[in-house]
Amino acid sequence: MRKAYLALVYLFLYTPIAVLMILSFNKAGLPTAWTGFSTEWYGRLLESPKIIAAARNSLIVAIVSTLIATAIGTLLALGVERRKASAGLDALLFTPMIIPDIVLAIALLSFFTLIKFTLGLHSIILAHVVFNIAFVCAVVRARLKSFDWSLTEASRDLGAGAVTTFLRITFPLIWPAVIAAGLLSFTLSVDEFIIAYFTAGAGQGSTTLPMQIYAMIRFGVTPEINAMATIILLVSFVLVLLAQRFNRASVPGAA
Amino acid sequence: MLPGLLWLGLLMVVPCAIILVTAFYERGIYGGVDWSVATLANFVRAGEWLYLSIFLDSARIAGLAAILALLIGYPAAYAITKSSARHQTALLFLAMLPFWTNYLIRTYAWIVLLNPAGLINNFLQLTGVTSGPLPILYNEFAVILGLVYNYVPFVILAIYSALQRLDPSYAEASRDLGATALTTFWRITLPLTAPGVAAGAVFVFVLSIGNFVTPDLLGGGKLQMVGNLIYDQFLTARDWPFGSALSVILIAVMLLLLFAQALAANRARGEGRSHA
Repeated sequence: MRKAYLALVYLFLYTPIAVLMILSFNKAGLPTAWTGFSTEWYGRLLESPKIIAAARNSLIVAIVSTLIATAIGTLLALGVERRKASAGLDALLFTPMIIPDIVLAIALLSFFTLIKFTLGLHSIILAHVVFNIAFVCAVVRARLKSFDWSLTEASRDLGAGAVTTFLRITFPLIWPAVIAAGLLSFTLSVDEFIIAYFTAGAGQGSTTLPMQIYAMIRFGVTPEINAMATIILLVSFVLVLLAQRFNRASVPGAA
Repeated sequence: MLPGLLWLGLLMVVPCAIILVTAFYERGIYGGVDWSVATLANFVRAGEWLYLSIFLDSARIAGLAAILALLIGYPAAYAITKSSARHQTALLFLAMLPFWTNYLIRTYAWIVLLNPAGLINNFLQLTGVTSGPLPILYNEFAVILGLVYNYVPFVILAIYSALQRLDPSYAEASRDLGATALTTFWRITLPLTAPGVAAGAVFVFVLSIGNFVTPDLLGGGKLQMVGNLIYDQFLTARDWPFGSALSVILIAVMLLLLFAQALAANRARGEGRSHA
């Protein structure tokens, strides 16, 4: 009974994804009825300069925003955890996770327009760092809950500076959580659509992969979307799986 | 921690403050904002039935999505906690995995399943349940289904952590005193996990009511929710002040709910302590 119910829930969660993946290998152009196995649509993806350009843009945005957010978010987590709990600070860090994407998107567009900031890949990166900081901070803070602060105190007492203490004591202890946070942040950035859509500007040059997918979906269901979706889903699965591994490794005794 | 606070301050707090201010001005002749006279006109206009009904529809759809996600998610989380400790981590991870993947793709997958020539309609016709394709895409049903699908993992996580915090001796005591499993669940487990239920429901509601992608893709342009309305004001109608006012109202509704939930959670925690 219990197992049957769980099986049903997981069936609900994974059937849509599985159907997409299976149909991406469907021979016929019709994406809904099976007509034989083919990898033709994956080949088509590689031949589309628009998709390649969008994938390249997404990678640039995700890599740069992840590097910035991971550095800044980790420092923020360390600062917050060392201080007394503050409801205001917690609310600030919680906001990017709960604010509707569309509201953050129009707010950033209004801001960039008001200060006459030129839009492009760089403005998408600035925007993505906002929510990525919050997620990195949350993951690293979770790790720091079980952190033994006496180790850093000992280091400081013995005369090490703040930077040395971070590099020699803190970071070697928390790095798996930092990597996990970075991987999740990368996944979120690669997948994010609406904020990128509003902060990309009018030019075609800064179209990201989700923006390209959105345009294609509005045009109709095609096997190319299925193939692209399959690749993106598999990449996400691998990244999240890796993040989970690192995260578990970071908490002593939980591995 | 300074760079992080500066980043969030400059690129989140300031932009949101700009939206709040913009909401009190009027649209310029060529789009943009006319900064000359402050006005409440946008908020008055948001109260017109045309827009008010969209807010009410959005709240109804988000409410239904939250209830359905709870009905599916609670038993699932309960079943996970009853599994062996080794399986729990894996089951929870499997439940959360789709949540970390592309939202657009997860929503698009339902277009593939629900369209007139899609798998579900094909199956129903093949088995003779229906004679023609059912209109299950591009309507409210599809939108609610999409929201529930996307946010069930969230509910499972929220309820699971509430169940984890629960002291099993309460339920054991209830069973020892002769209560059935069902009575124990209704009288002990469910009330004690109410904060988790509230947290899960509020999150699904909040994420649903401001959603743009799901109503846009699965509603097929026929169904408007607040998120689409705001989108249209910025990209189609080019009335940024009105779009800002709608955003301010949306955020106010969300804050009210989150505040009420936090208050209830605090009270529940306080009661828990006084009983102990």
